[in-house]
Amino acid sequence: MALNRDFVGRTYEASATYEVCRVKIKEFADAIGDDNPIYHDKEAAVAAGHPDVVAPPTFPIVFSLSGASEALSDPDLGLNYAMVVHGEQRFEYQRPVYPGDELLCTSTITEIRDAGRNEFLTLRSDVTSTTGELVCRTYNTIVERGGAA
Amino acid sequence: MAEPRYEEVAVGTRLPRLTHVLRRGDLVIYAGASGDFNPIHWSERAAAQAGLPTVIAHGMLTLGVALRAVTEWAGREAVLECGARFAAAVPVPDTDEGVEIVADGIVAEKLGEGRVRVDLTVRCAGEKVLARPRAMVRLS
Repeated sequence: MALNRDFVGRTYEASATYEVCRVKIKEFADAIGDDNPIYHDKEAAVAAGHPDVVAPPTFPIVFSLSGASEALSDPDLGLNYAMVVHGEQRFEYQRPVYPGDELLCTSTITEIRDAGRNEFLTLRSDVTSTTGELVCRTYNTIVERGGAA
Repeated sequence: MAEPRYEEVAVGTRLPRLTHVLRRGDLVIYAGASGDFNPIHWSERAAAQAGLPTVIAHGMLTLGVALRAVTEWAGREAVLECGARFAAAVPVPDTDEGVEIVADGIVAEKLGEGRVRVDLTVRCAGEKVLARPRAMVRLS
């Protein structure tokens, strides 16, 4: 089913902030097979010039869709989640993510288009700290396979 | 290993190759760590219903693994931007051997102010699985 183009331009704010913790950073680093001590050991991270362990570059995928999940499951959008695969992902960092960061994610649907038999939906998410500082920006494109058929 | 310095790298400088084996269990671990529980990454039945040959790796798992080639070369804090398009699925059979991800990086452009663009080539079973996998990093 074609996605509802009326959703382009809509913005969604996560209902709660995401609080980053050391345990989650370690779990995520383990999952990508990364044993770099700056992800696992505060002392090693401090020795490398960080205030604490630091999150791997792709870590914001854990929370960056939290604002948009409600929109993506809205029946009016018409997204068949069973046919969804990840199409593209980019991250732009203002600074690394650290434990104790309380991050708010605001997502905007920037584009919905079809290519061949597939529908493509792109979200831009601004990840900000509690002081309003932009920490990183993520761009996420999901593909609904066969959605445009 | 000492981190590379901007003056010492040139367009064409190669990063050390990274290889990493993925097995079914790794997809379950990544699902838990990332919160992406899409069943095409762990259920043979769900994968078949989505028209896939078998369970596939999360694109972000492949990208997360591949970017280690960059962070091991330049350091985590060096990464200013990164991303990729998920061009081909990475099928992960339910075997002891699993599948091997191979990531090769090359300095593609020097952008000034210590910044360089690294282009990766990420293969699985000889096939490129990511399109335009890149990172912009700041070197000292």
